Amino acid sequence: MSQYIQANQASQKQFFQQLKKYYGFYTIGFITFLVLLAIAEQMGMSRKWIGYWFLFATIALYAGIGIMARTVDAAEYYVAGRRVPAFFNGMATGADWMSAASFIGMAGTLYLAGFDGLAWVMGWTGGYVLVALFLAPYLRKFGQFTIPDFLGERYGGNIVRSIGIFAAILCSFTYVVAQIYGVGLITARFTGLSFEVGVFVGLGGILVCSFLGGMRAVTWTQVAQYIILIIAYLTPVIWLSWKHFGNPVPQIAYAQALQKVTEREKVLTNDPKEIQVRNIFAARAKAADEKLKNVPAAFKADKEAADKKVADLRAAAAPAPEIAAAEKAAATFKDEAAAKAAYTKEKGLSARAAAPRPHAQPFPGKDEAAQNVARNNFLGIVFCMMIGTAALPHILMRYYTTPSVKQARQSVTWSLFFIFLLYFTAPALAVLAKFDVYHFLVGSSFASLPAWAANWAAVDPSLLSITDVNNDGIVQLAEIVLGTDIIVLATPEIAGLPYVVSGLVAAGGLAAALSTADGLLLTIANALSHDLYYKMLDPNATTARRVTVSKVLLLVVALTAAYVTSLKPGDILFLVGAAFSLAASSFFPALVIGVFWKRANKWGAICGMIAGLGTCMYYMVQTYPFFGGVPANQWFNMSPVSAGVFGVPIGISVTILVSLLTAPPDQKVQEMVDHVRYPHLRGDTVSTLGT
Amino acid sequence: MQLTDKHKEYWRKNLVITAILLAIWFVVTFVEAWFARELNQFSFLGFPFGFYMSAQGSLAIYVILIGTYAWYMNRLDKEYEVDEGDE
Repeated sequence: MSQYIQANQASQKQFFQQLKKYYGFYTIGFITFLVLLAIAEQMGMSRKWIGYWFLFATIALYAGIGIMARTVDAAEYYVAGRRVPAFFNGMATGADWMSAASFIGMAGTLYLAGFDGLAWVMGWTGGYVLVALFLAPYLRKFGQFTIPDFLGERYGGNIVRSIGIFAAILCSFTYVVAQIYGVGLITARFTGLSFEVGVFVGLGGILVCSFLGGMRAVTWTQVAQYIILIIAYLTPVIWLSWKHFGNPVPQIAYAQALQKVTEREKVLTNDPKEIQVRNIFAARAKAADEKLKNVPAAFKADKEAADKKVADLRAAAAPAPEIAAAEKAAATFKDEAAAKAAYTKEKGLSARAAAPRPHAQPFPGKDEAAQNVARNNFLGIVFCMMIGTAALPHILMRYYTTPSVKQARQSVTWSLFFIFLLYFTAPALAVLAKFDVYHFLVGSSFASLPAWAANWAAVDPSLLSITDVNNDGIVQLAEIVLGTDIIVLATPEIAGLPYVVSGLVAAGGLAAALSTADGLLLTIANALSHDLYYKMLDPNATTARRVTVSKVLLLVVALTAAYVTSLKPGDILFLVGAAFSLAASSFFPALVIGVFWKRANKWGAICGMIAGLGTCMYYMVQTYPFFGGVPANQWFNMSPVSAGVFGVPIGISVTILVSLLTAPPDQKVQEMVDHVRYPHLRGDTVSTLGT
Repeated sequence: MQLTDKHKEYWRKNLVITAILLAIWFVVTFVEAWFARELNQFSFLGFPFGFYMSAQGSLAIYVILIGTYAWYMNRLDKEYEVDEGDE
């Protein structure tokens, strides 16, 4: 036995050295690829072709790794043979974790929300402390294939496992739709293909990889994807920081930027031209509000006026573009419903009548009560994202793949370190971008906008729109509307870098979305093939058959997800947040109590999971407009995204209470808990290792 | 199998370190955010302190907390002879 372990360790060490060599060459190769493309750009390669090169070269690379790592062995397919070294598992988890929303949206959210956006940054990193302390080492020692596996074994019986399967699919599916949406968006923007085609090209990249090689292929691809995404994220920020402050460490340099932004905020708040623009918005919002009080009358008057204008212009033989504009304006008033929608939109302009929000100021609000509500919601989001992190099956599953408990612990450290690299750069990027906008875009003339602003405003008005509201020919801050994605997408151009870096950023965003989608799809397919089919329906199935079933299911799930995505369901940030709250309320209590309290039993877990998940879903349905809920139903003014604030405590209390009211679990379960708590027990007869 | 007293002591020590690290985690997360407005009156490396903690400081502390736990527990495993052998 000890000889076997020694031989195993020697080969493990060799394996680690090999991996370091491969990924070292890979990184050098990727940088060479970038340099070659940069040279090609100087020699006149078109932007469209640079986009194609990035898209197809990276997808071909991921597919190549997938093909090389193909397998039909169950342990390889489900947990990558349990020999992924801590360092590389950390990178893979980083890529698994950072989604399209983190990569593209995070910095923009921080730009717009200032301090209050930091709730996401804290929540999505601090959760790993809980993963490390409560779950990773114990799950690794338990060592089967899925999270429902642990619940099934610890609490016994198929009911707990079934609830686990249901919850795993519910939160992973919600999350995967958001990822595929991101894939479609990036592909469409950088290659000019349509959104739907983009979805399916991306899906091809996801499938080749996970379909052929399961967890093994996904792991090695995710490491490759992490390297691309971190180079893509850091390069433009470092450059921007160097350009403005002569300091290549953006996390330090942005102290200066923040001070300048804060000074500028004060100037812009009292600037007469800014106030003029804000007053125009306030007046328009007020007028629209008046019209909304009597829609039919306002509609009649506006329609007549619009039609008259078209007629007058025609009679006066005005230039064609002027007539076209008037016709377009008249078309807004085609019926009462359209007019009402236009008025409601116009009323929303009141938001733009506000002075700029101080970036570093926590919880702004008109009075003490409003500020406290903002603070409570900040804490609510932090809480739900953290607990959700420690409950999302596609992340927890990664800690089954390390060779030992020791490496599982180290692997969480590496995971958070690699995630931290991106997340503690995002606040710096947001402030640096704001510095640029406040100093160089604001105050420039409409005739000569900075190149990046002119380009993006022309490409997509939902990302950037600037209108000369007070007709003075100069850009005021209140005249700019930014979408969250613009900050990351436009940074290379703001920093004055060649287009090849923009292509790199797109490739990074794609890597982030693909890697997360891979992990999620695998989780869903495994819950169905391993937990439902093998453990519950056909325990005699051969390994080859189980892997085949999993592959077929993967295909079905992926196509379903792509179909749902093509329907373009609402708010992405809400979808992501909801997935976290749902996972937190259903899994966290049962998993953690299962390890730390032997007395917890089957009925406690069943009732706790149902109560937690039920509370969470009930709260979302009651308060989120998409499900027909209204904000008036909120408890303590908590936003629907933080439903886990209620779901988690209820889940925990119900689990404890019901466990105490029913019989304690039998000796076998208690021994299993001991087995999980110690990395190695001499004379231990319990074995939970999955086959 | 029956656990020895030494095993029980290992588990107790594990619970103690878990509780300590969790307390630090709670302070740099929830206590810090609750008092963010007050903390912002102080300045740190040129940043308002509350902002700095939520944007960078707490994040760095999380990494240190997890690293400490891994280091401490891997040592404890050896001391109490529940480790998985040398690597």
